[in-house]
Amino acid sequence: METLSFEFPAGQPPKGRALVGCVGSGDLEVLLEPGTAGTLTIQVQTSVNGAQQRWQHLFERIFQEQTPPALKIDIHDFGATPGVVRLRLEQGFEEIGHD
Amino acid sequence: MTDLLTKHSFVELGARQRAKALLDVGTYRELIDPFQRVMSPWLSRQGVVPQADDGVVIAKGSIAGLPVVVAAIEGNFQGGSLGEVGGAKIAGALELAGEDNRNGIPTRAVLLLETGGVRLQEANLGLAAIADIHAAIVDLRQYQPVIGVVAGSVGCFGGMSIAAGLCSYLVVTREARLGLNGPQVIEQEAGLEEYDSRDRPFIWSLTGGEQRFNSGLADRYVADDVVQIQQTVSALLQQGAPEQPRSRRADFYLARLAELDTAAQIEPATVSALYQGERP
Amino acid sequence: MRGLQWFNALSAGATPVEGLPDSLKVADGVLGKQAVRFIAVVTDPNNRFPRARSGEVGLLEGWGLAKAVDEAIATGDKRPIIAIVDVPSQAYGRREEALGIHQALAAAADSYARARLAGHPVIALLVGKAMSGAFLAHGYQANRLIALRDPGVMVHAMGKASAARVTLRSVEELEALAASVPPMAYDIDSYASLGLLWETLSVSQIEQPTSDDVARVTDCLVQAIKDVAQPDLKGRLGATNRAASSLVRQLLREQW
Repeated sequence: METLSFEFPAGQPPKGRALVGCVGSGDLEVLLEPGTAGTLTIQVQTSVNGAQQRWQHLFERIFQEQTPPALKIDIHDFGATPGVVRLRLEQGFEEIGHD
Repeated sequence: MTDLLTKHSFVELGARQRAKALLDVGTYRELIDPFQRVMSPWLSRQGVVPQADDGVVIAKGSIAGLPVVVAAIEGNFQGGSLGEVGGAKIAGALELAGEDNRNGIPTRAVLLLETGGVRLQEANLGLAAIADIHAAIVDLRQYQPVIGVVAGSVGCFGGMSIAAGLCSYLVVTREARLGLNGPQVIEQEAGLEEYDSRDRPFIWSLTGGEQRFNSGLADRYVADDVVQIQQTVSALLQQGAPEQPRSRRADFYLARLAELDTAAQIEPATVSALYQGERP
Repeated sequence: MRGLQWFNALSAGATPVEGLPDSLKVADGVLGKQAVRFIAVVTDPNNRFPRARSGEVGLLEGWGLAKAVDEAIATGDKRPIIAIVDVPSQAYGRREEALGIHQALAAAADSYARARLAGHPVIALLVGKAMSGAFLAHGYQANRLIALRDPGVMVHAMGKASAARVTLRSVEELEALAASVPPMAYDIDSYASLGLLWETLSVSQIEQPTSDDVARVTDCLVQAIKDVAQPDLKGRLGATNRAASSLVRQLLREQW
């Protein structure tokens, strides 16, 4: 198990918070809460070791499409594929709303 | 419309959605929600990723207007196993429901059981928490019905199957399994001849929801359907406590077991006939 | 055989209670100056259920314990109940699962809990193994848990071989982890650090107690009975190694 931290430029914090997913096999749990304006912080606790670069690239790809809101995100990962991670994050963004 | 179009699976719902589905609309209020991050103090240090709610959802609300606390176990996290935090959440909620009743508030409880029992990474603390849960069910049951639901797909095993056995009423589906010992453990302890953990039809025939209902070891057999489960739980809550909970029928069960020929290995039909009498 | 030895030693002169499965030893006797009921689960090589012949808690034992405790409740005299615990495991078998061993164990836990709620001091004396479902059915509902200090006295949720299989570890890995994680350990000192025991005490001959041993244990049981003031299990909370159990209860109360 490894704990990783990431930071990305962001917009304004949203009002709401959201929880999606579950720490089940091949899945992950994502907690999204309002952060500090301009910054998105992510902490990942993952069962898969040595994947810092893969997480970094995945987040970069997701956030380059659109500037994310300012969030504090906690991820508890139980071996999710990049596709599942992206899906869960999109679900989370959807739930808190983008405005 | 056909059933296929109108049914919504309860089994496919997560613990939080299940609790919401049972409570009257707009009354759901979660206690120690996941954003409070009261997580297992034991998993991370063993290299196991924790979950923010430790796999247990406690929600207060009402069902048919009656005050209820729901405890729902998330079967997808660590097999629904109970550790210190999740176990204390259930025990503590039941203890407070008992206290409510002593203070004139008729809080009832519903337990959504998807669990392998004790979480082995927290072994003795899980076992202690389960003893606390047993104690609290027996206490609360003096005042109000405690309803257990085993919907599936994990089933209900280990010390929590004993908790199921303590409930005033037990609701099961076809997807449910209920037993003290997990198939793997029985095979490990007793051998393949006694119990083949890979023989799924054999295991379902002995411990599946339908068989448990037919043997009188569960009170309601329902479809995997949100509305049907909600209505069944609601009706049982309104019905009040049973005259004699199953766990107080020692004389009956000892008399039945005395009649059994234990020389031969057992068949499912033998159990239902022994406990329920021959059926036409 | 420890359970039987201690049952015989503590209940010397007591009146045996009949009408129960042979795997149960139950007697009404006197402890200090108080009438008590002693209950033990013992080996029974002729048990009709072959998977419950070595002291395991099975179907007959679960329902039988319930009956033995219910009878004590029915006397109405709130006599203390002494559960002598030496149970290697619940019974693992096809008959047991099919016939609802979980329900039998629930009946035992139910009766012990109701005895406690009805004002009977319930004391569990751990003289050997106190394993998993067997302990939940026989002992864990007690107001006070007392353990003898001995390598053969252990509390756990699952035997080592099965625990290793289920957690996908080797027995060696499991033992290494247990050494650093108190709730996973099998020894009684680690268990004591969880705050669940009211008392531990040493005896000189745990397998065949001397009269001194019996006197010391009797004295401890008498003290434990006197110490019981409330019918609940709150006395088990408070240890540092079980801090989360208290924190969760505090938060639930605040948010209730």
